Amino acid sequence: MERILYLTHTEADGGLSKVALETLTSAVELSRQLSGSTLRLALWGGAIQTAADAVAGCGAEETLGVTGEEFADSRYASDAAAAEALVRAADATFVIAPASARLARTLPGVALRVGGRIDSHVVGMGAAGEGVQIQRWYYRQRMLATMTRSQRPWFVLVDPGLFETWNGEAGSATPRLVEVDLPTPYDRTRVVGIEAAKSQAQTIRPDADLLFVAGAGWTKKQADGQTHVKDAEELILGFLDSAQASLGGSKSMVEQSAEGEDVLSFMSHLNQVGQTGSTPRHAKGLATCCHGEEPHVVGWRFIHERRAINTDPNCGWAQSKADVLYVADAFALTAKVNELLRG
Amino acid sequence: MSQGFHLVVCGSIVPDPLQTLEPIQGAEGPALKNEMMLPAVLDPWAGHALYEAAHLAAATPDSKVWLVSLGPRAKLQQLMMTIAPKAAFELVALDGPAGGFTEAWETAEALAECIKTIPGLDRSRLLLFGGCASASRDAGVTMQMVGERLEISDQFLAVDELTPQENGTIRILERIEAGRYQVSECAGPPLVAAWATGRLPEPPNNAQLGMQNMRSIMPALQKAQPARVGAEGVEFLEVEVPKQRRNTRVVEDASVDEMAREIVEWIRK
Ligand SMILES: Cc1cc2nc3c(=O)[nH]c(=O)nc-3n(C[C@H](O)[C@H](O)[C@H](O)COP(=O)(O)OP(=O)(O)OC[C@H]3O[C@@H](n4cnc5c(N)ncnc54)[C@H](O)[C@@H]3O)c2cc1C
Repeated sequence: MERILYLTHTEADGGLSKVALETLTSAVELSRQLSGSTLRLALWGGAIQTAADAVAGCGAEETLGVTGEEFADSRYASDAAAAEALVRAADATFVIAPASARLARTLPGVALRVGGRIDSHVVGMGAAGEGVQIQRWYYRQRMLATMTRSQRPWFVLVDPGLFETWNGEAGSATPRLVEVDLPTPYDRTRVVGIEAAKSQAQTIRPDADLLFVAGAGWTKKQADGQTHVKDAEELILGFLDSAQASLGGSKSMVEQSAEGEDVLSFMSHLNQVGQTGSTPRHAKGLATCCHGEEPHVVGWRFIHERRAINTDPNCGWAQSKADVLYVADAFALTAKVNELLRG
Repeated sequence: MSQGFHLVVCGSIVPDPLQTLEPIQGAEGPALKNEMMLPAVLDPWAGHALYEAAHLAAATPDSKVWLVSLGPRAKLQQLMMTIAPKAAFELVALDGPAGGFTEAWETAEALAECIKTIPGLDRSRLLLFGGCASASRDAGVTMQMVGERLEISDQFLAVDELTPQENGTIRILERIEAGRYQVSECAGPPLVAAWATGRLPEPPNNAQLGMQNMRSIMPALQKAQPARVGAEGVEFLEVEVPKQRRNTRVVEDASVDEMAREIVEWIRK
């Protein structure tokens, strides 16, 4: 019989993030499928009451909480102490948590402390008889494994974008507050701020329908023997603005930017998609001036509809990697697309 | 700073990302077809960690870098030929499997136990580096568990910048959601930094450095202790390569106006 614990931190406003609410859906579904299982919630943060009330209708037996100023910031020492105390207090065998940056940093160490194991990048979860099976990717989205394990407690970090956002009834919860044994000192690390990668424009929009990828071709010499970087900047920013798209880049593109050449001023390492970049989730993706090599395309695993613009009809996208390849000059075509989008 | 850093970088081999990978059922669970024959590279994010470590050590007197690698000895030896000319480090090798289907918990145990025995390592000066995830298991959990085993309670994941300050504190930028950074200040070592791409390009080859490194690398490989790393308690029910071939429609003869109209229709759909 699994004692399921849904575990997360709250946000600065005391509420829960989108991925936290999606993961709650997965936890509720799993507890319904697994006969004899129990579901508890555990929250920690500077404040937890808003979050506890918001999810009070999810059918959990109990809500546990850790709260206080010292738990407001995303910091390993205090987060790990809080999560450890909550897992122990719930006597959990199966811990489900959203894959936020904060939990991804915290939970592996917590799993070790409580003698458990952890799996991350979990994309599917279900009951199999008395037990649980999960699905997760290996080799950067190249292989999908279905697996189970015998060790408990078993922690899983659930990736974003897979489950519906939980939107059941709010209520009023009275969390059972759990004491935390904080290490001394617990605050050798101080969070001093949050920074955008580049100040000019917020180009990464995880909730956008469309991903626009700019490859190194945008900054290379064009048919007239010249580079046209300023034009490229205008066209790309114009497109992002009218299509409300999120901006991705190829490795070659972001590395040029990092090396300070005459390149797209708003492109940073955080925009990189692929093997050593991100694997964003969007309904559609449009690749421009990007060759579509395998280390780039592994980052497109969760982009459903894919189109590409490239002057080369034999580029990687033509090799069954895109649904449609437009063999065209991306400068001219993007200009026309922008005109139509604005019109 | 009166004392430099002791930088330990955990990093091993992964198949070259340009290779096609195919899962097979091995004697002890899933494995890759021709795993031992596949060309291997230094795990990319761990590579960034190594270059950042070497850079930091060069800028901080009295510092030293160790690279702790768990992998099949013969493959490690091949790998060392390519990375020895790029960064100054002392290799500490463990001979064992480096495939993706091994368990992070077991790998972390082997790495931590090995780090505890490094002669001359001062753990109060330790900056424990590694990649934020491997290109094989891609779990992003190993470094935190190594850190826990070494009782380090200041940990950072997906680091792009780590800068020692004049007052002895260390300023760290970690990637968080939506293309932003969390900026933290840590009182000083010991700490764990699991790196994303960092800020440095891959260093050029330096043949002299390579020869100097190889002098300690060969004995380290000979001394490599066997590490029994598997996936105890895990049952893989299926491992598949999802079909992702698309019937690409190549639009070549249409005008720019026609293509633009089609793209806009698709975006608005
Ligand atoms: C360990 C490792 C990790 C890697 N990780 C990543 C990763 O995370 N992400 C990633 O992207 N890559 C990664 N790579 C690199 C990858 O293999 C490619 O080198 C890279 O993706 C190429 O970038 P690109 O397509 O933008 O540039 P190029 O290969 O230079 O392609 C430029 C393209 O632009 C086209 N073009 C030029 N001008 C125009 C125009 N006017 N209109 C239309 N098209 C035009 C050209 O035809 C060409 O196809 C990795 C490689 C290794 C070895």
